[in-house]
Amino acid sequence: MQLTINGKPETLEVSTVLDVLKSKDIDPQLVAVELNTQMVDQEHLGTTSVKDGDKLEFLFFMGGGA
Amino acid sequence: MSFTEEQITRYSRHILLPEVGGKGQKKLSQAKVFIVGAGGLGCPVAYYLAAAGIGTIGLIDSDVVDLSNLQRQILHHTPDVGRSKVLSAKEKIQALNPDVQVNTHEGRFTSLNARDLIRHYDVVIDGVDNFPAKFLINDACYLEGKPLVHGGILRFEGRAFTIIPNKSACYRCIFKQPPPAGVVPTCQEAGIIGVVAGIIGTIQATEAIKLILNIGTPLTDRILDFDARTTAFREIRVKRNPTCALCGPDPSLTELIDYEQEACQLQPSGTMLTNG
Repeated sequence: MQLTINGKPETLEVSTVLDVLKSKDIDPQLVAVELNTQMVDQEHLGTTSVKDGDKLEFLFFMGGGA
Repeated sequence: MSFTEEQITRYSRHILLPEVGGKGQKKLSQAKVFIVGAGGLGCPVAYYLAAAGIGTIGLIDSDVVDLSNLQRQILHHTPDVGRSKVLSAKEKIQALNPDVQVNTHEGRFTSLNARDLIRHYDVVIDGVDNFPAKFLINDACYLEGKPLVHGGILRFEGRAFTIIPNKSACYRCIFKQPPPAGVVPTCQEAGIIGVVAGIIGTIQATEAIKLILNIGTPLTDRILDFDARTTAFREIRVKRNPTCALCGPDPSLTELIDYEQEACQLQPSGTMLTNG
């Protein structure tokens, strides 16, 4: 299916948000995921389905400052 | 309070702006900004706010200046190595602009002092380098009703985000809790291009000035991520999260939490993060 991830179109064969993270080798603990402008709770990553045309944004933790 | 001839000259380029004018400059001179951390972000924020004529700047940091800080922490100079960061910062701020009152706190920002420290300020700036403190600042600002300008930097990347309590998404609306200790590297471990601290810090200072003057559109409900490698900004629209434990309709967080300070180590298999 066709997804837009961080603004870029990508074709992935996945069924849940967690599958998307796995396919990109991203540790779910390190990222906040927004699906079509709604934040997805970490505990719901594996039960939230994605469908053709969905837009995902990954927000990685960025903790520096000093 | 009226301006002296010298002050009118000093702030003339602000006063010329219709959005600022004498009235706006007066607002700046009466404003109080609290900056948590006098490091990579805190230095450029404090420096520009001082130049802009912010009346009172509060600074808290428990560290002393290290030689490895000087690549980006622009208020600290070579002879300051080993000296208290807040005192070093205060000297430079007052040399630049003696009009600014600088309140310094040598120590840590904790759940015990956070709310008292920020209570008498108008805007708070996050210039800290660890997640427990970032969550603490977010929570304290929400509970005290203080606008917060969040900042974060790592390697070639940076992030800015403005939070107006009860009006816009807070940090916890996006990130529910700090990541497990040690899995996200800090600048100390992973490095930082010094100028990225300046880019993000000056965006934070701009946001503070806009909030004080009530001009333009704040960086609320939008996370602004910057990547120096491509010189590109990415704006991610966010909104208040109805399940937010802090600012949602059914909050479970009603007091401050001190999370364990992160172990300053990368796990051997630590994931290298890229943004996008």
